[in-house]
Amino acid sequence: MKLKDIQRILEAEVLAGADLLDEDVVMACGSDLMSDVLSFAKSASLLLTGLINPQVVRTAEMADLAAICFVRGKKPEQETIRMAEAKNIPLLTTPLPMFESCGRLWRQGLPGCSEYEKRG
Amino acid sequence: MAPDSKISKIQELIYEISVGQVMKKNVVTVGPQTPMSQLRAILLEKRISGTPVVEEDKLVGIISLEDFIRWLADREHDCPISEKMSGNVRTLYADEPLTQAVNKFERFGFGRFPVIDRKNNKLLGIVTKGDIIEGLLKKLEIDYHQEEDVYRHRVTHFFEDILADKVVLLFQYDVVGHDFKRAGEGASRLKATLRRLGLDPQVIRRVAIATYEAEMNVIIYADGGKIRVRVEPMEIFIKVEDSGPGIPDVEKVLQPGYSTAPEWVRELGFGAGMGLNNILKCASKMDLRSVVGKGTQLYIRVSIEDGAKSETD
Repeated sequence: MKLKDIQRILEAEVLAGADLLDEDVVMACGSDLMSDVLSFAKSASLLLTGLINPQVVRTAEMADLAAICFVRGKKPEQETIRMAEAKNIPLLTTPLPMFESCGRLWRQGLPGCSEYEKRG
Repeated sequence: MAPDSKISKIQELIYEISVGQVMKKNVVTVGPQTPMSQLRAILLEKRISGTPVVEEDKLVGIISLEDFIRWLADREHDCPISEKMSGNVRTLYADEPLTQAVNKFERFGFGRFPVIDRKNNKLLGIVTKGDIIEGLLKKLEIDYHQEEDVYRHRVTHFFEDILADKVVLLFQYDVVGHDFKRAGEGASRLKATLRRLGLDPQVIRRVAIATYEAEMNVIIYADGGKIRVRVEPMEIFIKVEDSGPGIPDVEKVLQPGYSTAPEWVRELGFGAGMGLNNILKCASKMDLRSVVGKGTQLYIRVSIEDGAKSETD
């Protein structure tokens, strides 16, 4: 699934990385606990989160995540968006809440990080 | 970019990019027992002019449209592909640089080369001249977009280029305590540095996650500290040291979920008692030493061999 498909499915606005929407996303995880993300998320996955602090972008950077989508219409500060731009990490924001965002993507066939492992 | 610098960039890239990075995966193959009479349908359907012959993942030959036409012209009876294929196929290894591929295309004049794994000779893909050009253009495009041009900084095969009995690189990053906004800057700079050294991405990911979690602990609990990193050809040592309050019960903090983090840290997505466990998962070895009132030292070792094997779990 491409990032632009995710943008469409989640009716999301692009905050950073508008030139990277053709990138492939093969799996996703949803969490507000960054330590959990660092622990189980795989490289090239999408992170759905309700947190908007700079450490979310740092977490994506360290774990080689493909992109971040903030749920419930949240937007981080400009400084955080700039950091994501500099690190080539696309940021999206969707008006949908966490559960519905995950549900929509899963229904469209985007697997979770643990499911993807089983398939591989 | 000036025209001549672009040419030198391509020259650089054909040494840096491997055949495996540009080849087409998911190759259509046939078995040696497949009858010649079925070949036409396969080639026609997939719109290809030749295909590797594979037996139990191993490449045993290649059969082309030309072989098929010759068989038709001879009006022979149907037979297995193995009788008409060319055995002893010229191949490329996935880890060879593009320059090798370019040389072989020139030398043999073939349209395509099967790409195999150096270790077990398994067929991984197929590469054409078009794939090489496409791969180079993509890379140039990506590099153009990348703010930080890793390839320009990158010291390819860094350690091999240094003549010494022992090579050690040391890096130090200072951590400012309680500055949550800047948390992770040390790990981030370390990660960029390791990428420039051209280390395996999975090794870098492990080091980055472990260092980030350790750095976070310093920021949460201490007034500041230091990250010292020692890079050797086969392993990376990370020592994270602070002069904070120390840990009264080291055994206890290693339990998953045990945390003494204040509420503000939890609200930011950390402090759930998973940090040290994450570090342990990324590390080949970890050692935590602490003296109450003096400070804490965390030693992390990531071996290149372990790290390159898989993702962190």
